[in-house]
Amino acid sequence: MKAFRLALVACVVASPASAYRIYVTNEKANTITVIDSDTLTVTQTVKAGRRPRGVRVSPDGKLLYVCASDEDGIQVFDTATMKLLRTLESGPDPEQFAMNAAGDLLYIANEDNAQVTVLDVVKNQVVANVPVGVEPEGMALSPDGSVLVNTSETTNMAHFIDAKTFRRIDNVLVDKRPRYAVFTPDGSRLWVSSEVGGTVSVISAKNREIVKKIRFDAPGLTPEEVQPVGMRMTRDGKTVFVALGPANRVAVVDAETFEIRKYILVGQRVWHLALTPDERYLFTANGNSNDVTVIDVAALKAIKSIPAGAAPLGVASSPN
Amino acid sequence: MTQATPGSLALRRFSRAFSLAGLALVLAAAAWADPLKIEIAFIARARAPSPPYVIDAPPPGEGFDGAKLAVQDNATTGAFLDQSFELRDVELGEDESPVEAAKPLLARGVKMFVSALPADETLALADALKTQGALLFNAGATDDFLRGSACRSNLFHTAPSRAMLTDALAQYLAVRRWSKVLLVPGPNAGDAAYASAFRASAKKFGVKIVAEKPWAFGPLARARSDAVTEAEALTFARNVEADLIVVADEADDFGDYILYRTAEPRLVAGTQGLTPVSWHPTHTAYGSEQLQNRFIRMTKRRMRPIDYQAWIAVRAIGEAVTELRSADPAKIGSDMQGPGFNLAIFKGAAASFRPWDRQLRQAILLAQPKSLIGLAPLPEFLHQRNTLDSLGVDASESACKPGTP
Repeated sequence: MKAFRLALVACVVASPASAYRIYVTNEKANTITVIDSDTLTVTQTVKAGRRPRGVRVSPDGKLLYVCASDEDGIQVFDTATMKLLRTLESGPDPEQFAMNAAGDLLYIANEDNAQVTVLDVVKNQVVANVPVGVEPEGMALSPDGSVLVNTSETTNMAHFIDAKTFRRIDNVLVDKRPRYAVFTPDGSRLWVSSEVGGTVSVISAKNREIVKKIRFDAPGLTPEEVQPVGMRMTRDGKTVFVALGPANRVAVVDAETFEIRKYILVGQRVWHLALTPDERYLFTANGNSNDVTVIDVAALKAIKSIPAGAAPLGVASSPN
Repeated sequence: MTQATPGSLALRRFSRAFSLAGLALVLAAAAWADPLKIEIAFIARARAPSPPYVIDAPPPGEGFDGAKLAVQDNATTGAFLDQSFELRDVELGEDESPVEAAKPLLARGVKMFVSALPADETLALADALKTQGALLFNAGATDDFLRGSACRSNLFHTAPSRAMLTDALAQYLAVRRWSKVLLVPGPNAGDAAYASAFRASAKKFGVKIVAEKPWAFGPLARARSDAVTEAEALTFARNVEADLIVVADEADDFGDYILYRTAEPRLVAGTQGLTPVSWHPTHTAYGSEQLQNRFIRMTKRRMRPIDYQAWIAVRAIGEAVTELRSADPAKIGSDMQGPGFNLAIFKGAAASFRPWDRQLRQAILLAQPKSLIGLAPLPEFLHQRNTLDSLGVDASESACKPGTP
């Protein structure tokens, strides 16, 4: 198995592989579950730091970054060996983070400390600390890399920050407990999910006004069950997937009309989502059923449930 | 931290103001808004410190500490909008009246008050504040009549009512089909009210009270002896066919004594044993570990229900001020009762105020001392409007009528 995987990684340079690796952080098991997107099976379970949450893969696919929230650090794994290489100075209680296109800067939300830490991963040096609202969580970088956004859960704002000077440009009040932020591929709009408010706010990046508030009146669900958290957008900017938490569903939203095309039933308490780069599959981390649901994106159907560790929270796909 | 000497006249302290304007200097203020300064007063009775050996004694600063944490949260948010929040701690000595204590604050223009006081004093304070257009948030008293026949238009409740607490318990008993209850009310007025609330909850959720036996053996749970024996207390529940005993003992005088001392094996729930509460140290879901951590870091102790209820009250004021960009109490009061106002309170579903009695809708935890058993409303119970309204007094049953003073 291991030899096979190494061979696979080796031939990535030569020809694009169709199999991706999906990394799932298990918040209460302190492990990372590795899933092969071809076989849709677990290939490996790796020990991580305490309370692993936010997760991302470097643009070249070689490094895996994982927030070890209770260890106040971001762990860096070699994706070829899944060995821990080092732990970065993330500032206290890192939860989610964004990465620049070059992959050398991380923008980290320090949940317990009302700040965003900007970290040079090569030098393992803090470049800036930006004060934000209470319980910062969601982090997004505009596609051109010029604007950084953080959402603060208790302050209920999306903070727009200049990514060069690290000064705040604007603060946009959204509905209660904003969890996740994502820019449209053209950078014109920012989508922010509000867990307790039960909505997703679509904000114009230009004038920072809320263009639309999306509500989720799923049949058979009480409004209290709808708690939007993780989101993923297709590369063409046309479709957004929104994880609805204890509603155990992923909403498929048309990003142009804001209509909800479908609700897909997944595992219990769905937190975060990951699309494979070929956009064939969407993976969902289900915190209460301790599994991952695989959604066939073309068919918009859940096709498989894969067991993970205790309390899966974050999920990321390898880029290659 | 609010160490107090009982009986001292110097207890009332207006001096300790927590100004968080300093934070605003760090965070450049938004240019368009006029600076707003909001002063909030927290009023509670000073409490004599308990001897160190008392288990889980009410700590000095209970309630106030929750308000203090919330005002920090408000100030961080407010700094982005050029709003600053200040908190005044008003500790009342034995002979001091909250109404008198509020007067100098009202004269200075304070419009926002949070209290953790008994029901009668809460009501008197609400009436005194109303003449000045000020709002009162009751973070302490659970009495249902404050939400019913004695409701006031300027009185909001972040403490759950007894009806909400006992409804939460009755829902759990109904789901478990533990439907035969022996009810044991204590001798105090609060115990009688708790027992009465439980009777109503039992009826509402189909739980049967098979017998009632008032507790008549004194505060045995407080007796300090290694061999407390009281023959009648050990046998009083004998031969009652019940699934469990529900105790109404708000003073913690006897409920813990009953557990494991009955003739037949019986579970205990109510004010002791399995308890319905607004907050508990075992609760860490819905992001609540953040709030638990922040509170423990600040106070070096665990957050208690009254701390949490005071925290909600101050956060509610902060949220309304932030949304309205105004400190006008009339606007705040009406905004809070509107359908658009909701709060994230770390228990999942958004909290909001019921417009018919200004009681905060909130989930209720069911906990034993070291383990969380459940969260009410339980999924089995639905409601036409909001599932949280399956707890407590609904609009159609409320004795609080629109247009009340």
